[in-house]
Order: sequence, then C-alpha cells, then structure tokens
Amino acid sequence: MAGIEVTALHKRYPDGTVAVEHVDLSIGDGELFVMLGPSGCGKTTTLRAIAGLERQTTGDIRIGDTLVNDLPPAERDIAMVFQFYALYPHLRTRDNLAFPLRAEGLPKAEVRERVDEAARLMRLGPLLDRRPNRLSGGEQQRVALARALVRRPRAFLMDEPLTNLDAELRADMRTEIKHLQGELGTTMVYVTHDQVEAMSLGHRIAILNKGRVEQIGTPLEVYDRPASLFCAAFIGSPPMNLIEVEVADGKLRGQSGLVLTPPPGLPRDRRLVAGVRPEALEVTEPGAERSVPARVVSAEWLGDEIIYVVDHGGQRDVRVRMPSTVRFAADAPVGLRHTGGPPPVYDVSTEELVA
Amino acid sequence: MAVSVDEAVSTGPARDHTPSARRLGGRGRSVLEVALLTVLAVVMLFPVLWMIETSIKENRDVYAIPAKFFGFKVTLDHFKDVFAASGGGRSALSVSFLNSIVVAGVSTALATVLGVPAAWAYSRFSVKAKKDQLFFILSTRFMPPVVVVIPIFLMYRQVGLIDNKLGLILIYTAFNVPFTIWMMKGFVDEVPAEYEDAAMLDGYTRLQAFWKFTLPLLLPGIAATAVFALIFSWNEFVFAIFLTSSDSVRTAPPAIAGLIGGTTVDWGLVAAASVVFALPVLVFAYLVRKHLVAGVTLGAVRR
Repeated sequence: MAGIEVTALHKRYPDGTVAVEHVDLSIGDGELFVMLGPSGCGKTTTLRAIAGLERQTTGDIRIGDTLVNDLPPAERDIAMVFQFYALYPHLRTRDNLAFPLRAEGLPKAEVRERVDEAARLMRLGPLLDRRPNRLSGGEQQRVALARALVRRPRAFLMDEPLTNLDAELRADMRTEIKHLQGELGTTMVYVTHDQVEAMSLGHRIAILNKGRVEQIGTPLEVYDRPASLFCAAFIGSPPMNLIEVEVADGKLRGQSGLVLTPPPGLPRDRRLVAGVRPEALEVTEPGAERSVPARVVSAEWLGDEIIYVVDHGGQRDVRVRMPSTVRFAADAPVGLRHTGGPPPVYDVSTEELVA
Repeated sequence: MAVSVDEAVSTGPARDHTPSARRLGGRGRSVLEVALLTVLAVVMLFPVLWMIETSIKENRDVYAIPAKFFGFKVTLDHFKDVFAASGGGRSALSVSFLNSIVVAGVSTALATVLGVPAAWAYSRFSVKAKKDQLFFILSTRFMPPVVVVIPIFLMYRQVGLIDNKLGLILIYTAFNVPFTIWMMKGFVDEVPAEYEDAAMLDGYTRLQAFWKFTLPLLLPGIAATAVFALIFSWNEFVFAIFLTSSDSVRTAPPAIAGLIGGTTVDWGLVAAASVVFALPVLVFAYLVRKHLVAGVTLGAVRR
C-alpha cells in the first residue's frame, strides 16, 4: 500500500489538445480519493497517467516512494478497473482472475489460493466457469473488481466503473466498493462524473475543470464551501443558488432585499455573489418576518421533499428545498427568507471564494 | 424471397380494399415481380451458364447451328488443355494460373501485414492531422488504374520491374493497402481499447497486448478485408497486361484474353480457362460470405 503524489502534471497530445493543464494531487495511504468533474475535464487522463497508460508531457508521479514516470504500467504495482470491464472475452471467469497472476509467474498453488480468495470476497462462486458473454453487466463488473483484487496491488485505480450499470445495481456496487476498500485499506483513486457517487464514496474529493483542480476537500467541505463558482454550480442537485449581493451596514443584501447572514472578512468594492443552498432558504407565508415578497414559479414534488422555483425579484429564480408537508400552489404569492448560516461568497470577476 | 417481401409490403396500404381485390392486386404484383426477376436472372446468369456449357462441349457442338442447349456430349478435354500442353508438360495457361496465385496471394498478404497495424495505430493513437492523413491514404484510390499505368510503366522500366512478378505484387499491394487501412480501422474501432489497457497493466507491452488480445478479435474483419483485396488482385487486368509480356510472368486475366485474337479461337479452351479462373474466388467468397456482409456493413460504411 502506498500514497500517490502527482506534481505539476501536464498532458498535451500530439494533435495539440491539452487534456491536463496543471494538476497537483497528494493522495494519502489507504485513502479513497475521488476525482470528479464534467467530461473532458482531464480526470481520466490524470488517472491513466497514474496508471502509466499515458505518458505525461511534464510533471512527476510518485507511488509510495517510487518515482514512476518512466515505469511501464505493469511495474507500477497498481490495478485498474475500467468502465467497459475489459474482461478477456475468450477466458472463463476463473482464468480471467488468474490471468494477471500467471502473467507475473506466480506458482500454481498460490494462483489458485488468491483466485479463490478474491472469488469469495466478491461472491463469484457460481460464475467461475462462465465466459464474460454469459455474465450480466453487474456480474462482469464484480469479476473486473475481483481481477483487480487478486493482484494485491499498492493502489486501485477506478475509471468510472459503475457508469454502465443500471441505477439500482449502481447503488449496490457503490456500497460494495466502499465496504471493500474499507476492509482492505488499499489506496483507491476513483474517477467519476457522478456527484452522488463522489459524495458517498470519497474520503476526499478533487473537483477538476478544464484540466485544473478547482477544489480538494472532504465531501462536507466541498458541499458547504465550494472553492469556486464552478464548484458551487457543479455540486448539489439542485445546485447552489447564486445570488448577487452587496454589503450594506454590516449586512449582506440581495437585489430583492433578501437578507443573508454575512460571513466575516467580506471585501469591499467588488461585485459579489453568494452561494445559497436550496435547503438554506425557506418559503413562507407572504409577509412573514425577515422575508421578502416572492412568487412560486413551479414546484417539483419528489415524494419526500418539494423543490420550489421561486421568483423573488432577483436576477435569477431561486430553488428552495422544502419538506413535502409544506405546500404552496404554483403562482401563489409567498415570502422567501434565508435560514442558514453565513453562505460562501464569491468574487464575480475571479470566480473564486472570498469569504 | 421476392414474393415474401412483396407480401409484407402490400398488406399495409391495401387494407382498405375488399379481401378479394387485395388478393388479386397482390397476386398480380407478385407475378409481375417474379417475371421481372426471372428475366433479370436469365440475363445475368446466361453468360455464366453459357461459359460453363461451352467449357464441357466438344468443339463440333460449340460451333453447332442452331446452338445446342441440351443433349450435347460432355467432355473434359478443354480442361485438360488448360493444364497440359499439347506436346506434354505444363501449358502456358497453367503457368499463368500459378503466377496469378503467387501474385494475388503475396500482394494480399503484404497489404494485410502492412494495413492492419496501420489501421490499429490510426484507431488507437492521437496522430497529428489524422483526418488529413486518412484522407490522403484514401485519395490514392480515387483515380482509375488506367490513369497511372503509363507513368508506372516508365518508372518500372527504369528500375527493371517490367515483366516481373515482383512488379505486379508491389503495385497490387500499393492499391490494397489504403483499402485495408480504411476497412480495418472500422473493425479496430469496434474493439474496446480497454482490452489493451488491461493487458498492459497485466504486464504486456503495447504490441504484445495488440497481438494477444486485439488481433484475435479482429480475425473476422481481417478475413473479410483480405478477401476483398484478393479479389481485386486476382481479377486485375490493366496493370497485368501493360506490365507483363512473357508467358512465364503473365497472370491469368491477360493470358486468357490472349487466347482470343488469333486466326481461329478455341472457344472451348477460353471457356474452360475462364471457369477455372472464376472458381477459386467464387468458392472463397462463398466460404466467408458472412464476414463479407459484416465487413461491408460494419467496417467500411461506418463514419
């Protein structure tokens, strides 16, 4: 087991496209580290560079204490799980699992022992004698995970391993992967574009955009204090409401007069935007204390909650998360007020967190 | 086949008619269709049939007026003449068949060996101006062979490749490589690159990964591509007749054409030689017909 250090990674392809602009990562030993971002943000390229499947243009990668820049993938002592499983189609499950071990030249008895152990961990017993074309997507992905396990690598690299599974199976596999990683304590780097996956799995999350790291933090940090406007708009469903605000007499005030709790250390003379989570707002009866007059534009009933889209006279409509017991009709006149603590505030021009 | 297709089509719009009218209209249409198809089939197949008949007729039946479709005496003498010279030993025709096999076989093998790895590289790697390169490769097939045959002839005369099997092999390979690259790229695109990634993580080099995992999955595609290349080389006439002259080098197409044009034409021999010439490609294409269809619809047409 080992941590992974990525320093000033830059990847530019021969045809001129830059996949990774500048990435620094410090992944701890035994950590489940998630790289999250929209497609084309450089997360997969970064992962493939760590695996050795791509050679970075500049920058260093260390696994444990070893500088692995010039090592071929096989000598980096890592295992990777792919989105398309990549099980060898002509081999039975048993041989697919044994394949990397045989390639390493381990003695037969040990190969068998390790295959049995991985099969037991991933509950593959009945599938051992089938070929990949006779396995369902979920089964194939479990075999792919087991094939990563048998090698007892220093780190697991996961490239969107659950994307091709249906929603229910995905939730199950998510739990399974988290449990497995906890039990084995092996460092895992997990790439996904699904924020739910990232939030529920990661010890820490790195949010990437346009080949750069926007923020690294625990799921809670990332959710509560997104480091940039991009992160604020990316994390959360629905995402944060971005409300233009100004500072006046020690208060943070939106254009509509909506009063927010001001965070300390706000800069003056700059255009500011506050990121307000939908659950930090409240739809009230019109004229309630500290509320501004507003109007319900639409309401989405989600069963356990309702997302109200509310026009409060600001530049954009805001989304408010309310318990499903509180009901307002569409178009009804209502009040809107802020109930949470101080929201993160961003500079409009730099798009960065200022307070 | 044609009838069933017709029925499937005619049931839709004919729903408003009475049942009898529909049946009549349907039957009328299908009769017409079958008749047209039969005429077409006869027109298309008659030359082939006539060639086969002529190849097994005695000379006196070949020239009989009125022509004999049935009831002639079957003989295999013409086929014997194709392979054996009249004075004993091998005939010039049989040598030309051997040349055809060598030239078509070697040029197809070369085109496959060069084209498949190139297709793999174009499919897998990021290459500068990839689209332009691929278009350039394709553009070499734009012009008909006749256009380049004179420059090629002059160049070959300089380097001594005129009347040389190697010369034909090289020119056929040059024509088949672009085709192989384009068709195989479609097949390679279909094989997930993750197989190679996984194999590389398991300790193989990139080339070993290609060889051990991607190549076996490409075999049907390679078979289809090779058959197309083989058919091109086997049937090629223009270069063969311009670039070769002696019996020992000449391939079958110009050799068979050379049988016609003397004072008398031995039509039986021409027909028998043509049958022998057509047979291998027909058999080969029949054997790999499934892959051929897959190759046309899946490999070459995509993107």
